[in-house]
Amino acid sequence: MRNIGLIFRREFAAYFATPLAYIFIVIFLVMAGTMTFFVGGFLARDQADLQPFFGFHPWLYLFLVPALSMRLWAEDRRLGTIELLLTLPITMVEAVIGKFLAAWAFTGVALALTFPLWISVNYLGNPDNGVIVASYLGSYLMAGAYMAIGSLISAMTKNQVIAFVVAAAVCFLFTVAGSPILLNYFENWAPGELVQTIASFGFMTHFQAIQRGVIDLRDLIFFGSAIAIALTANAYVIDWKKAE
Amino acid sequence: MSALLSIQKLTKRFGAITAVDGLEFEVGRGEVLGFLGPNGAGKSTTMKMISGFLAPTAGTVVVAGHDVRQEPQAVKAAIGYLPEGAPAYPDMTPLSFLCFVARIRGIAEKDVAGAVERVIAQTRLSDVVMQPIETLSKGFKRRVGLAQALVHDPEVLILDEPTDGLDPNQKHEVRGLIQSMAAEKCIVVSTHILEEVDAVCTRAMIIARGRVLADGIPADLKARSGAASLDDYFREVTGHA
Repeated sequence: MRNIGLIFRREFAAYFATPLAYIFIVIFLVMAGTMTFFVGGFLARDQADLQPFFGFHPWLYLFLVPALSMRLWAEDRRLGTIELLLTLPITMVEAVIGKFLAAWAFTGVALALTFPLWISVNYLGNPDNGVIVASYLGSYLMAGAYMAIGSLISAMTKNQVIAFVVAAAVCFLFTVAGSPILLNYFENWAPGELVQTIASFGFMTHFQAIQRGVIDLRDLIFFGSAIAIALTANAYVIDWKKAE
Repeated sequence: MSALLSIQKLTKRFGAITAVDGLEFEVGRGEVLGFLGPNGAGKSTTMKMISGFLAPTAGTVVVAGHDVRQEPQAVKAAIGYLPEGAPAYPDMTPLSFLCFVARIRGIAEKDVAGAVERVIAQTRLSDVVMQPIETLSKGFKRRVGLAQALVHDPEVLILDEPTDGLDPNQKHEVRGLIQSMAAEKCIVVSTHILEEVDAVCTRAMIIARGRVLADGIPADLKARSGAASLDDYFREVTGHA
């Protein structure tokens, strides 16, 4: 645990050592706000809830989380610091979890800074705060799943741009897996079970369920296992690719 | 002399390429082994296996009684390792970087400052400790790499080209540092600068294609060559005479 904490602190501080942290937070907040007010019609709806805000989170994470995750391992591999890190007396699991938690906590900071919207909606009306808390939790879990996928893809390459583009593409597939965009393609020819299986991997489907205020254990387990599977694969990929 | 480092039939293959081929040797306390060989000889790969970064295809490494296959953490804890190119986190300052390494090396919180100050003095980094590592010259970066390898005062030091890219004064300083630690440690230094062997090593080993071609004290190796220079002997045994 101590080692995870030390790696976490180093990685978390690394975001703030460059302008990346501030750029990310500003862009996240501006985009979240723009989507909520102008695309989601937050005021025009005349309803005291944050649905127009949370509804766009999968689309925001799709691009912004890979921008954070792309450096996680690709940079270490390019700089050779991976050799330094993995010859310190720590385990691979500690390294993977420490780095992931730092990046995930950073997304948490960005998400937490959207609190003025929550205050505004409480000022304007009487929203169901339970639903909002559930949506924040769901959004954060979903960000973790995107981050774990991004971390896995970052471990596969030394090139951060490739890590970003591939992670965004894979995250897109997971986002739309439960929506007609992807399902229409399969419905015509694939067996029903396959279509169902693909649909059950959709981040959007699970997130929408949580957004309704119903915290179903299955949705939590879904995001939790997505994180666990991606990070396990991440550890194997590093072990496999580190000699390159 | 007890062997702190024991390499047993160490082999590493990458697909069809055998980078290290059944290497066997022992290094004891008080020895400074110069690990010589042309580029691609398998020096760095051997060092990566000793440090626990790469798993051997066959054979093993025993460091201070710990087998790298069974107890990789114990081996990593006993070694100070300077990887090739002295990588370090560019966004950190030498001070924060060395504190990070010291803590992760298990040094108690109250002793971290003392250990870091000691290596900063040893590697003469005090003028740059607050500058981001990315702004440092190659010489300073290399010294930061050396400092992180020394911060936990390890018994075994594995240094991959510690003087590469340094100017003559810096080389002299690093060699002096290695010599000052030689008596109580077991040190392996890879290099392709043959004068370095004369300057710091008590023993030299020439490898090529992953095999040991020659092993002995530098004076003996020199004596084996007609021209009485290590340079000529190196070319002779590595096939470029």
